[in-house]
Amino acid sequence: MQKYLAALLAITLAVLPFALEDYYVFQLTLILATSIALLGLNLLTGFNGQISLGHGAFFALGAYTQAILMDRLGLSYAVGVPVAGVLCLLFGMAFGLPALRLEGLYLALATFALGVSLPQLLKYRHFAAWTGGVQGITLQKPAAPFGLALSPDQWLYFFTLAWVLLCFFSARRLLRSHVGRAIIAIRDQPIAALALGVDVARTKTFTFGASALYTGVAGALSAVAVQFVAPDSFSVLLSIDLLVGIVVGGIASLSGAVFGAVFLRVVPALTEELSKTATGAIYGVVLIVFVYALPLGIAGFVRRTTARLRAVRSERT
Amino acid sequence: MESFLHQLFAGLATGGIYASLALALVMIYQATHLVNFAQGELAMFSTYVAWALISAGVPYWIAFLITLALSFACGMAIERLVIRPMKHAPVLSVVIVLIALLLIFNSLAGFLFGPDIQSFPSPFGALESVQTAFVNAHQLGVMIVTLLVVLALFLFFRFTTLGLALRAVAVNAQSSRLVGIRVGSMLALGWGMAAAIGAIAGMMVAPIVFLEPNMMAGVQLYAFAAALVGGIDSPAGAIVGGLLVGVLENLLGAYVIGTELKLSVALALIIVVLVVRPSGLLGKTVVTKV
Repeated sequence: MQKYLAALLAITLAVLPFALEDYYVFQLTLILATSIALLGLNLLTGFNGQISLGHGAFFALGAYTQAILMDRLGLSYAVGVPVAGVLCLLFGMAFGLPALRLEGLYLALATFALGVSLPQLLKYRHFAAWTGGVQGITLQKPAAPFGLALSPDQWLYFFTLAWVLLCFFSARRLLRSHVGRAIIAIRDQPIAALALGVDVARTKTFTFGASALYTGVAGALSAVAVQFVAPDSFSVLLSIDLLVGIVVGGIASLSGAVFGAVFLRVVPALTEELSKTATGAIYGVVLIVFVYALPLGIAGFVRRTTARLRAVRSERT
Repeated sequence: MESFLHQLFAGLATGGIYASLALALVMIYQATHLVNFAQGELAMFSTYVAWALISAGVPYWIAFLITLALSFACGMAIERLVIRPMKHAPVLSVVIVLIALLLIFNSLAGFLFGPDIQSFPSPFGALESVQTAFVNAHQLGVMIVTLLVVLALFLFFRFTTLGLALRAVAVNAQSSRLVGIRVGSMLALGWGMAAAIGAIAGMMVAPIVFLEPNMMAGVQLYAFAAALVGGIDSPAGAIVGGLLVGVLENLLGAYVIGTELKLSVALALIIVVLVVRPSGLLGKTVVTKV
């Protein structure tokens, strides 16, 4: 059953960009990129229990790295993505070091401060030669290489999809390794983990870095897709959106990152027709409803429902 | 020298506002051990209510009092409806709910009152006769109001039974319950008072930063910094921290780094305090038993 579903999903993902108009392909690309960002935040907040309210900062760092490499240095977007990832890894580990001393609410507070003050840093006059200041940087959408008969949007979709697969498989392997078990143990029983010989400080710093890496890759990918980076796209609301995404998709769930990404891209498009300010209120209400009624998010709901269906079926036979 | 004094007094005035908001944060921390991420948005919403009342022709100080009462009721309601059910929930769930409140109040304000920037009146026109070259009437008024708030709180906590009960709950909820204090009501009262103090901060800062749904983002960040510098569990620390942060912000902004990076100063302060001295200047060092 599961094999058929996976095959169906793979075929759908491969065929979709040919069945849809370019604009919708572009939207799908954004959903894919967002899912990587949510994967990153979920690794830190969901699996490791370190609350970040400022992950938009790493998304922005990735996006700006990509934009600066492409526009100022004339490098290829394909180079920009891994470079952005590595840079975010380093910054994430650097921020993770002081964050080691902070627990729960305090880490949330420090990262929140990072998220709020970020646009000002990006606008800063003395960085403007690189960042483009308030105006930001406009990018060219790359054409498909090797003479492939794909539109730029279709090509970017497949390019992003490849990164999605790489990120999700690596995250899955990571979480199933001994490091992954240490990451989860630190969330559940930090003292017991320490007593069992887990290097808590190193694991936490590493998780912060890895989480920033994923989110930075997502930022770099979405910068190419959107063809534009500017400080005001990276306000604290972006960080809050990412939090909304993992709560709705499912805390500590890999598939939840995908559900969350779909939610984040589809819902505002629907509500903005209603009213410009409605999205915030709807997000807020959705957050409260999920915390009370569906604490494991959509992924948890899906898992529970399929388990129940399976139980019903096995009773019949 | 004159410009230095000017910056100093401006810093003390905004510092007073940060101190008020930091006091609100400290009250909530003492009552429920939470950092209220929605404090600034609550204050912003209260300020809009005051603005709506004043625009409808209500005299300033009556609108001021009505706003305080409404904010107080709103704070208590939030504690009862949203925070109390989360009593035993993990930190992450509580943070999510507070962020949800932040989003709801922010977008509700935009929805109800429009996203445009409004000017908010300063009630201190009468003080213009005593303003000097380095401190204007509004700054003087803000300092007086801050002093009155602090004095009122001090008298309340020091000399009333209710104040004593509130302090008792903050120190030890379980023992307080055993001697007959209604702990639940005290927590709600703490939230109500915090919301009212926040409303004062909002109404004091609105004539300076202008009224709009995002006006408190920076102010709240400074209030966080102030509360942490002073010690998140210390009301006296909140005041010292607020004034310190206000003066530091203005002097650094005027002489060292310019106004463009003001928020980054708050960020740096928050991280340095949390890493170097998490208990702040006047806070208690918490020792956890393993």
